[in-house]
Amino acid sequence: MSADPTTGTPNRRTFLYDEHVASGAKVVPFAGYDMPVQYPLGVLKEHLWTREKAGLFDVSHMGLCWLHGPDHETTARALEALLPADILNLKPGQQRYSQLLADDGGILDDLMVTRPAGAEGDGTLMLVVNAGCKDEDYRHIAAKLPAGVRLEIDHERSLIALQGPKAVGALRGFIPGVEQMTFMSGRTATLDGHRVHVTRSGYTGEDGYEIAVLNDHVASAWKLLTAHSDVEPIGLGARDSLRLEAGLCLYGHDIDTSTSPIEARLQWSIQQRRRTEGGFPGASRITAELANGPSRRRVGIKPSGRAPAREGTEIRDANGKPIGTITSGGFGPSVNGPVAMGYVESDHAALGTPIQLVVRGKPMPATIVNLPFTPHRYVR
Amino acid sequence: MAIEKYSKEHEWVRVDGDVATIGITVHAQEQLGDLVFVEVPEVGRKVAAEEACAVVESVKAASDVYAPVSGEVVEANDALGTNPGLVNEDAEGKAWLFKIRLSKPAELDALMDRAAYDDFVANG
Repeated sequence: MSADPTTGTPNRRTFLYDEHVASGAKVVPFAGYDMPVQYPLGVLKEHLWTREKAGLFDVSHMGLCWLHGPDHETTARALEALLPADILNLKPGQQRYSQLLADDGGILDDLMVTRPAGAEGDGTLMLVVNAGCKDEDYRHIAAKLPAGVRLEIDHERSLIALQGPKAVGALRGFIPGVEQMTFMSGRTATLDGHRVHVTRSGYTGEDGYEIAVLNDHVASAWKLLTAHSDVEPIGLGARDSLRLEAGLCLYGHDIDTSTSPIEARLQWSIQQRRRTEGGFPGASRITAELANGPSRRRVGIKPSGRAPAREGTEIRDANGKPIGTITSGGFGPSVNGPVAMGYVESDHAALGTPIQLVVRGKPMPATIVNLPFTPHRYVR
Repeated sequence: MAIEKYSKEHEWVRVDGDVATIGITVHAQEQLGDLVFVEVPEVGRKVAAEEACAVVESVKAASDVYAPVSGEVVEANDALGTNPGLVNEDAEGKAWLFKIRLSKPAELDALMDRAAYDDFVANG
């Protein structure tokens, strides 16, 4: 077991830890957990397998929690005070991506919000937040909730994600009807005789599902799914390269308290009603950035050569003037070349703009490109 | 018989006359995982022992390769530019990184032999 080098606190393990070790995973510390970074297949093949077939990810380190209130409107308005998405108009069974915001409009965390299907869930919202932020998120949310709405941290369920074009074919064999779900929707179901919650969503750019399973049953669900010939277990290494190619933000890297959702080009996640009405933290800044454009923007970056440009790499304009920094960068196995995202001054953010990346002291040519690098294949 | 030495940075050195061939060990490539980019030094560059002079990159991270000995780079394995995965397949053979004409051959004495390196890997 590894431990935090500063405090000596042992890392936590998910309920799938023994499965990972038995599969020959290389386990590394991540966000306070011992997590599989790769399996014997290796990061490259795991990435390509997920794009071609289906990958199963243990994402139990993420924070699953619930808001409970007397009715949907009360709970939705309580959450809307913390984030800029339209939660009030979420239909039962609908899911939305949003960001918890600080008072200055900086991003405290990004998260998924699901309104459970069925009348029995009325007044309840399911939230999934990032592993590294969850303890602070819970404190923040609990402190801001009005009387009558309560936060329940879910310690009883584990989270797994089945991602890739063959995910639907593999999962419908165990949960008939999942093929009829649309992207960003959720429902309860029975998997291997046990109640689970399924959403059609993920973090790879591929079609797929995220499944909340009671801790006692998650190992058998994992075994059942990985026994399918199209399914391989996939580690955090490939999870990162898959989401980078898909142009998806990683909290603490591409977004943090210093970035606003508009700078991060997440305005698609702020529905019109909220733009008009405001009433979320940082609304004045975000409204102004929507109207006038932010001073810097997140962009896709394609290095011209083979050398990856990593997080922290300085971005310069064609004349050598510093204009920004790379926030995620590496090798994209499906692109078969280096890919990156970063922030540049808005004047330099146009698609096709030639830029330079300073890699090991040398300026390397690159271009501002559209995101994602690999097309999203969501089933809408 | 050629002299073979190993560094604590997990480079191997094979000496033939006054030229040392340098690469990373099988153990090192196992730790790094699938390599996706290799940058070798330019021929003619003079390097000092322990100077970073090549880079091997996995999907996730870049790692420096240090010159275990001082000298002038006389040859580099350009094939790795288009086939970085060769390092994973044959780290201590075809995937050598660069060759150095030794300027301080006595530096070899500070490096480990195979038995000492294997012990270093096993016991730290």
